[in-house]
Amino acid sequence: MELPIQELQTERIDYRIILNLVEPKSRVLDMGCGDGELLYLLNKNLQTRSQGIEIDHDQIMQSVERGINVLLGDLDSGLTDFKDGSFDYVILNNALQELRYPDDVIKDALRVGRRLIVGFPNFAYYKARLQFFFSGRTPVTPSLPFAWYESPNLHLLTVDDFKEYCRKRKYRILSERYVRNQKEISIRPNLLAQWGIFLITR
Amino acid sequence: MGNELSSQEKIAVVAQNFSFRDFALENGERLPLVNIAYETYGKLNADRSNAILIEHAFSGDAHAAFYHAGEARPGWWDKMIGPGKAFDTDRFFVICSNVLGGCAGSTGPSSINPETDKQYALDFPQITIKDMVGAQKKLTEHLGIDRLYSVAGGSMGGMQVLQWLVSYPHAMRSAIPIATTARHSPQQIAFNEVGRQAIMADPNWNGGNYYGQEIPRAGLSVARMVGHITYMSEKSMAEKFGRRQKSDQDTTKFHADFEVEGYLRNRGDFFVRRFDANSYLYISKAMDLFDVSDGRHLSEKFYELEAKLLVLAFKSDWLYPAYQSLDIVSACKVAGVPVSYIEIEANYGHDSFLLETDKQSQLVRHFLSRVDETIN
Repeated sequence: MELPIQELQTERIDYRIILNLVEPKSRVLDMGCGDGELLYLLNKNLQTRSQGIEIDHDQIMQSVERGINVLLGDLDSGLTDFKDGSFDYVILNNALQELRYPDDVIKDALRVGRRLIVGFPNFAYYKARLQFFFSGRTPVTPSLPFAWYESPNLHLLTVDDFKEYCRKRKYRILSERYVRNQKEISIRPNLLAQWGIFLITR
Repeated sequence: MGNELSSQEKIAVVAQNFSFRDFALENGERLPLVNIAYETYGKLNADRSNAILIEHAFSGDAHAAFYHAGEARPGWWDKMIGPGKAFDTDRFFVICSNVLGGCAGSTGPSSINPETDKQYALDFPQITIKDMVGAQKKLTEHLGIDRLYSVAGGSMGGMQVLQWLVSYPHAMRSAIPIATTARHSPQQIAFNEVGRQAIMADPNWNGGNYYGQEIPRAGLSVARMVGHITYMSEKSMAEKFGRRQKSDQDTTKFHADFEVEGYLRNRGDFFVRRFDANSYLYISKAMDLFDVSDGRHLSEKFYELEAKLLVLAFKSDWLYPAYQSLDIVSACKVAGVPVSYIEIEANYGHDSFLLETDKQSQLVRHFLSRVDETIN
């Protein structure tokens, strides 16, 4: 079934970047696949073979509606049983900061996948810094939209934090992409980027 | 439980039969003649690629949907099968057959043994889930179908789905095992054993030779009552009956005081009229003997699969709890089989797969509509 070309495109810059990072016909696992849109775009545009994991029942229903293979599961334990190298890419987009054991999950993701795509909001974005500095309150920004008492985020991190982490764990960064106001940027990302998207490998 | 089909026209269906000779069973014995009763809904397309096989549960039959002539109630999964429903008969050719060993048209212990011209009774060989599925394979071949679009079923129906995947890994494009297990747990075996003992303790059972005589009504009825308890949840029982007492004026000791007692007795009485006690023994034993992976890791049996799976469990189902469905999911993960899994919120216990059909319908319908596109 050929779909109109509009359906294969997306407004979301993070999805566009990920579509750009993934090679055609690869095997992809999306941890926290939500409504399945990203995997749908990958399947349609790049003929990937995909699997999603999601905890929210309504989102699972939507993923199934899109034809996505999706498992009800918790990201901190969802990778169990997958064999080493089951996937060419594991995607962890906008989920890293919500994990209970991010270090363990990244390690396991790089076991089941050859490469890992990690996207997260940058806590060092200058507007967050200014808010914190001038108001003395936990920043609330478009990429970090939650008040402290309702935030799902457990581990906030910055672009530089993640790079240092990769050095420490000896993970190789194959690509780093940054987003501000729905546009890609490359200058001084730790200060100016709202989002960082990394492609890493062991 | 009432169906809302009164406004729609009742679609008629008739039972059909397919017979074949000399069927070799898993235990080495042979059945000289096998009849399989089946029904079909919808139309088989020109390239015979739209057939879906529905597997019934323990006490089910081939009448999965639509109406037999003069019938007030439709088949047992009519909520799921029909035009525009989850198994959409405008698009799919849906088949359901009575299992081997059953008593609703297919060959079982109450059938006539052609070698003696009497009912088999306990001379009937111990059939297995694998034998049931083997007989269904012959039926699908008879209908000219090499590869099914899907195989689906709940409870013992789900066991047959799993057996299909293992016995004929290339014969389907998708599969939907619901509220089921790859092997019976000791608890499941224990409940079945209580049912069997109830039947065999009834003097009318008479070593299985009761055909043409008084049947083991009391024993079979108790077996069904035990079964029914395991199919419900504590919550659904509390909601349905509470501690309400029956209003009749029965003053005999130990009559049914509570509504739940009356309900179970009714279910038992009703069941006795339609089910054969020996079939109960044979089929429940087949379920207990079932271990689709022969004691090995299920994933070893899944490597050859060319199908994607939708695995469903229900939150209040304590007879076939979600962990058993997760074992199936885990095998898929290990073997790299594309799989979707969800544990549906429902209060009806194990019977949810028959009763909670909203989310189940939605999931099955969407899953089936996308089998084409995302086959891996």
